[in-house]
Amino acid sequence: MLRFIIVRLLWMIPSLIVISFLAFVLIQLPPGDYVTTYIATLAASNEVVDQNTANELRERFGLDQPMIVQYWKWITGIVLRGDFGLSFEWQQPVSGLIWERMALTLVLTFSTLLATWGIALPIGVFSAVKKYSIADYLVTAISFLGLAIPSFLLALVLMYVAAIEWGQEVGGLFSEQYVNAPWSLAKVVDLLHHLWIPVIILAVSGTASLIRVMRANMLDELNKPYVTTARAKGLSEFRLLLKYPVRIALNPFISTIAWLLPNLVSGSIIVAIVMSLPTAGPLLLQSLMAQDMYLAGAFVLLICALTLFGSLISDILLALADPRIRLE
Amino acid sequence: MSDAALAAADTNRLAVASQWQLMWWAFRRHRAAMIGLWITILFYIIAIIPGFFAINDPSRQNARAVYHPPQPIHFVDTKPDGGWSIWPYVHPTTLKRDPQTLASIFTEDTSRKNYVRFFGEGYEYSFFGLFTLNRHLIAFENMREPIFFLGADRLGRCVWSRMMQGAQISLSVGLVGVILSLVLGVLLGGVSGYFGGRIDFVIQRVIEFVLSLPNIPIWLALSAALPQNWPATLNYFMITVILSLTGWAQLARVVRGRFLSLRTEEFVTAARLDGASEGRVIFRHMLPSFASHIIASMTLAIPAMILAETSLSFLGLGLQPPTISWGVLLREAQNIRSIATAPWLFAPGAAVVLAVIALNFLGDGLRDAADPYNK
Repeated sequence: MLRFIIVRLLWMIPSLIVISFLAFVLIQLPPGDYVTTYIATLAASNEVVDQNTANELRERFGLDQPMIVQYWKWITGIVLRGDFGLSFEWQQPVSGLIWERMALTLVLTFSTLLATWGIALPIGVFSAVKKYSIADYLVTAISFLGLAIPSFLLALVLMYVAAIEWGQEVGGLFSEQYVNAPWSLAKVVDLLHHLWIPVIILAVSGTASLIRVMRANMLDELNKPYVTTARAKGLSEFRLLLKYPVRIALNPFISTIAWLLPNLVSGSIIVAIVMSLPTAGPLLLQSLMAQDMYLAGAFVLLICALTLFGSLISDILLALADPRIRLE
Repeated sequence: MSDAALAAADTNRLAVASQWQLMWWAFRRHRAAMIGLWITILFYIIAIIPGFFAINDPSRQNARAVYHPPQPIHFVDTKPDGGWSIWPYVHPTTLKRDPQTLASIFTEDTSRKNYVRFFGEGYEYSFFGLFTLNRHLIAFENMREPIFFLGADRLGRCVWSRMMQGAQISLSVGLVGVILSLVLGVLLGGVSGYFGGRIDFVIQRVIEFVLSLPNIPIWLALSAALPQNWPATLNYFMITVILSLTGWAQLARVVRGRFLSLRTEEFVTAARLDGASEGRVIFRHMLPSFASHIIASMTLAIPAMILAETSLSFLGLGLQPPTISWGVLLREAQNIRSIATAPWLFAPGAAVVLAVIALNFLGDGLRDAADPYNK
């Protein structure tokens, strides 16, 4: 077991290096750099920047050096000092801008994961036990719909309904008085009041596919002889289900983190942009539009790393639950 | 013929049927998949010739029809002399301004009628730039009066016609993107599964890595890197390339799995002993036996591509106006104020959902039909 975890952890190292390089290349890709964008913005307000000033700016930000040197500076700064560089647009260190947003992203993603499981598990079991009933068909139909509706569309429709029917704006994660307030119990309660809407929106698509996985797994198990044996012993139907087939069907369930998490993170970015949540999404989009490369790079790096850690955890959990995997 | 003779004829037919024929028979039994197939065919016909299904020129602006609401279509036509007939028509609308708020108010003028002409003449559209046509499925007697089935947007453009036009880009992005990922997927998955060993190990790790990354941030970063002033076709092509950069991994996995299971089959060994070259073994002997699986996986990958394009364009980092795609159209519905005044701007969203459901059903049906052990 220990060996499995160590090998899995060692695999993280090359993955993280590749990700960091990828993130850096991605933000280097746009033609021109921040200074070009900056000059264009100034030119729009009729201010002229001469070539010397532009070069000075480039030198100050280190943009005139070869890419590999810039990468090395960037990554050593992050690893050694937790320094993600300077956001050109905001004129402050990136690390000051991202952590609260990353924390809220984490809260949002984790709550959605829990909600997805909480909804999908009982419904999946139910629709497998009541196979081909009206309720089963209904669940199947709804889950197909859930797969097909893009999450941003769902967010828009919900915001529309809230604005028209209930006359209130849905958006953000805090009420007005708490947006800039320091963290307190009241703020956390306020967060929970706002959190459920994006969580439900995000959970819908994940739930849809999980219900189908759970249903299929359960259907495989329900016909097996051990279920008949347990029934013959006179076990109540509910206890029988929970004690044997559900436990086995749960096994592939754990491994779903690995593919559920990247989708969740992707979805949360779009939904956050639509609903203007104070998470990573809107700031990432804004920084990409403005070619604020250190800020964008920090987000891409952290989001990808977060997802990798998620699949690491799911692998370890799976190995804990299923001895066949760690013996491989 | 007696029942026994019928059954015998059936078995005979089954025995000599080709793989594709067997698949088609299995597929036909799947009702949801058949419905999905028909809807998909309809959608792609629209994508081939959207102008025929449009009513108004999709890019024509009309200052007098800003946020024009959808016009109800009437079917029962009562004549002044008391007789009646069934023929669809609309009442033309007149524009008035609210004296206080200056908001436009559209009222139906019930004294006049504008009758539908099926296969009538309307605006001219080009068919892939080859020739121009002016026949439309639905045209009206008087085309000078604006007719808006699904209302108009903030520039008074016809939402229905724009939706039809958007089908062309949105549906073809899915197809082209999947074909690009297929090329990458078959190449890498095939190499991985056929040769095995160290190459397989490396490609496997790459696939796992790609699959464990969240797509959206990477797509966003890549498409933010595209220059804004590129021509529309180049931009379109780059977006599909970006989408397939992460989409190939899933297909590569399927292909690898198939190659691994076929590699040890007797007919492959026989072909090799016959002195067939590697290329011939792969393309002549192995590929045909799992082509059906690949087509099923492809069909299931198309809706994901459509959703991805829609999301990217919606965020403003995908296709750019004046290109019309469903995602670009949904951008109009981005802020709460415009959808509160014009909820019909959601219509392209319904088209996305319908197309994705139909393709999912079709793909599910194909996958089941392609599986010989699924009886």
